[in-house]
Amino acid sequence: MSTGTTKLDVVVSDVVPVNELVTRFHFRRRDGELLPTFSGGAHVVVEMRDGERTRLNPYSLMGSPLNTSEYTISVRRDDVGRGGSLFMHRSVKPGLEMVISYPVNLFSLDLRARKHLMLAGGIGITPFMAQTSQLAGSGGNFELHYTCRTASLGTYADVLQQRYDRRVRLYHDDLDERIDLDRLLSSQPLGTHLYVCGPAGMINWVRDRAAALGWPSETVHFEHFAAPQPGAPFDVTLAVTGKTIRVGSQQSLLEAIEAAGVDPPYLCRGGVCGQCETNVVSHDGKFIHNDHWLSEEDHRSGCKIMPCVSRFEGKSLVLER
Amino acid sequence: MGITFRKETFRDDFTFRNSPEHIRRFPFPFHEDSYMYAVNIEPHVVGPKGSVLENLIDVDEHYVAEMQDRALVLAEDPLRCQSLPHMTLAGWDLLELLMEQQALGYPEHFTLTRDGDRWRWINRPLGIDDTFTFGDTSTLPYGPMEYITRQSQGDFCILDQRDGNLWMDAGMVTTQADWSLDFDIGMNFFEWHAPVPLAHEKGIFIRALKFLTNIQQGKPARRLNWTMTINPRLDTSPENYHKWGPDRTTVTPENVGDKVHLRVELQSFWRLPRSNGVVFPIRCYLIKMDELVTQPKWARRLHRVIRDLPEELATYKGLTRYRPTLVEWLSKLDDGSATSPGFGPD
Repeated sequence: MSTGTTKLDVVVSDVVPVNELVTRFHFRRRDGELLPTFSGGAHVVVEMRDGERTRLNPYSLMGSPLNTSEYTISVRRDDVGRGGSLFMHRSVKPGLEMVISYPVNLFSLDLRARKHLMLAGGIGITPFMAQTSQLAGSGGNFELHYTCRTASLGTYADVLQQRYDRRVRLYHDDLDERIDLDRLLSSQPLGTHLYVCGPAGMINWVRDRAAALGWPSETVHFEHFAAPQPGAPFDVTLAVTGKTIRVGSQQSLLEAIEAAGVDPPYLCRGGVCGQCETNVVSHDGKFIHNDHWLSEEDHRSGCKIMPCVSRFEGKSLVLER
Repeated sequence: MGITFRKETFRDDFTFRNSPEHIRRFPFPFHEDSYMYAVNIEPHVVGPKGSVLENLIDVDEHYVAEMQDRALVLAEDPLRCQSLPHMTLAGWDLLELLMEQQALGYPEHFTLTRDGDRWRWINRPLGIDDTFTFGDTSTLPYGPMEYITRQSQGDFCILDQRDGNLWMDAGMVTTQADWSLDFDIGMNFFEWHAPVPLAHEKGIFIRALKFLTNIQQGKPARRLNWTMTINPRLDTSPENYHKWGPDRTTVTPENVGDKVHLRVELQSFWRLPRSNGVVFPIRCYLIKMDELVTQPKWARRLHRVIRDLPEELATYKGLTRYRPTLVEWLSKLDDGSATSPGFGPD
């Protein structure tokens, strides 16, 4: 299977339940060597061999970039998703040999920043685990605001508070604690960069308020990997390779294309990096776009689709693949 | 068996020469009898033994002399080496990359020993044996980028990646083909390429940027570029134009073979792991016409390429004034017979 990155042969060295929804997985290289160095905010794509099926999901690296003896990711169980997180929770045990990609960073710190203001929601905390480690190691100035549903679901909140004390502020939904966002965004020193990772609604809210309060777009960074959504099966013709394929209800279009032996490039598999952008030759029906890559104009035009996360409903779809 | 480093100069008496083995390993940049821009980027993987691609960071017989020439340039003009404040981490990334690659490729000349963040670096050709703390700038005599690029052949541009663009925010540039780091520092990819003719119209820079911003860790890429230089001068900078510009008026039919040099840049592109920046080493190789035409295939092909080069490109590369003299000289070595495919000599 093709990718934009080199692969790493790893073994699962530990599996640690963190709370009722989140489990942490540790990987080491099978050959005992060190893993590649990475930068805070990087992710790896984990290949999950589940019987006949291979899923490839991106997860942020959450260990310290200074420690390359192992990589760690945290996976939140999604009981209604397409099964990747359930596979990780149920089937991945210490000793299992897996394949992951080299790290890729699509959510990099802007090292020009005088201050890094971080906003996390839920499992969106994971890239900040690595970024705060990186900044703390080099005397960087950061402040983290972390929203979680309840204290018991505040994944790593205790660790972060222990490490960084008052540089971390927690907000619990069940106690009706809310970030006073406008006040926070209005009271930052010049040269601050804003980073947000969490549910789509939170990202949109923060980006909108930052724009309204005059934050330059280059200072607002966000990461949201869309998970491919399940949906009704649909048929696609691949014009270049002359194949006709069926996309199953639990399968992404990209996975169906790959299963047919066609290998488009990819990096994030979450609608962010733009690698798998595909031209539409013709269509009769409706696109369900879920990506953050194409412009709204592209979405309306019906000429392009991101097969990693987007789907189609209708009579016919022909792609340039 | 190690490399025998030549004692030679790239200025004043110009004693630079290539040994016969180095002539054959010269990275001749033309795979066919004509030349036009293309996005000629390929994976930077190890190539055949005895070629400049035998190691991903090449060290050759000119190493010591080139480092001495660099020191002279920096003594006259410290602004050839600059690093904006946010680029120090990328400098450490580059130090690690160059120490690892040089120690891997040339263990008889370079040794790197690591004990956590205590590193010991031995550079035998330059007589250096330093122990320092990785990440702690106070333990090195220079910043990390300057320290290691005073010990590595080629120019180095470190590009910060942000806002979907690449920014020239650090570099060591002393062997350049008429461009200035001091002028370009802080510019983005489109700004610093603005002077290049024809390529913008072809959309080459948009595609090239897309490629470069997606360069992945562990998967470097490379391309070749070329121009010509009169006398084997490494430092053909705008700052020193008054020193080398007039050389172009000195080419005569009698001295073409000695004075005119093909200048090839092996450019590679690497993702840096800690900073998420990209480093762009630009390694310059020089060969004088007398040396180049010892390979008859190269002589025939270079004649055809220079003769048929579009005028805009000849102007941009600064060949206009001596092109007729060069073409006339090369034509005597071109019997019109076919050249074999590929870059290498026959």
